[in-house]
Amino acid sequence: MPSPITTEHYLVLSAMLLLIGTVGVLLRRNVVVIMMSIELILNAVNLNLVAFSHHLQQVNGQVFAIFIIVVAVAEAAVGLGILIALFRNKETVLVDEIDLLKW
Amino acid sequence: MTDIAFFYAFAALTVLGAILTVTLRNAIHCAIALIASLAGIAGLYLLQKAEFLFVVQIMLYIGGVMVLFLFVIMLVNLDGAAKERQYHRHWIAAVASLIGTGAIFATFLHRGAGSLKLESPLPVVPGAGNVETLSMVLFREYLVPFEVASLLLLVAVVGGVIMAKKRID
Repeated sequence: MPSPITTEHYLVLSAMLLLIGTVGVLLRRNVVVIMMSIELILNAVNLNLVAFSHHLQQVNGQVFAIFIIVVAVAEAAVGLGILIALFRNKETVLVDEIDLLKW
Repeated sequence: MTDIAFFYAFAALTVLGAILTVTLRNAIHCAIALIASLAGIAGLYLLQKAEFLFVVQIMLYIGGVMVLFLFVIMLVNLDGAAKERQYHRHWIAAVASLIGTGAIFATFLHRGAGSLKLESPLPVVPGAGNVETLSMVLFREYLVPFEVASLLLLVAVVGGVIMAKKRID
């Protein structure tokens, strides 16, 4: 008997997560929360990949999800390093106060 | 039947955690909410028989990345930021993305779940476990990307240390 939870359920959930993450990136002023929203976006993509991997019974989607996790970890490490350096120089974590390159 | 219950439980955990992550004021509360959300996603992986990713999600995301986030929140003083205005003045872009995705959702829900025209899912092949199959594919077809990923991690480690160091001589 096929499961009542279809691939579409996972796709809708993934779209919702992506939307919440995008709104977080666009709306929040705190850099730390913006980086957390980016993690949410990456997880939405992973959920999509795993859903299709399950749908097609091919494991390649999960391999791609692993690579995305690796890139997300690297991004978090470098991003948080930049954040610490930024806080040391500017004493702020609010993105609209970091406007050195703004016209 | 249990499938439905577990899916909706994990989905609710994921979405509620995500919403709290982008709305809460205190960054530590945001991190806790994000941990809940990531745990929900891990449960969804398990429902889809991706056991290896389930373990990776818990060990790497909840155990690794979130601890890194909490460390940085500890190092960076966020008390002042928590008292400030939390949202940008440039909210038009966010509203536009909300409206766009909302329109896609409305169309999707209006036309029903069958409108995606996915082929019917292939039957589950009994055989080797998830970790075995995954490792076979990872170390045979994707060996070069795997090595490049290790190089990327090395660069990220060195870059993170240099960036966070007190003074560069």
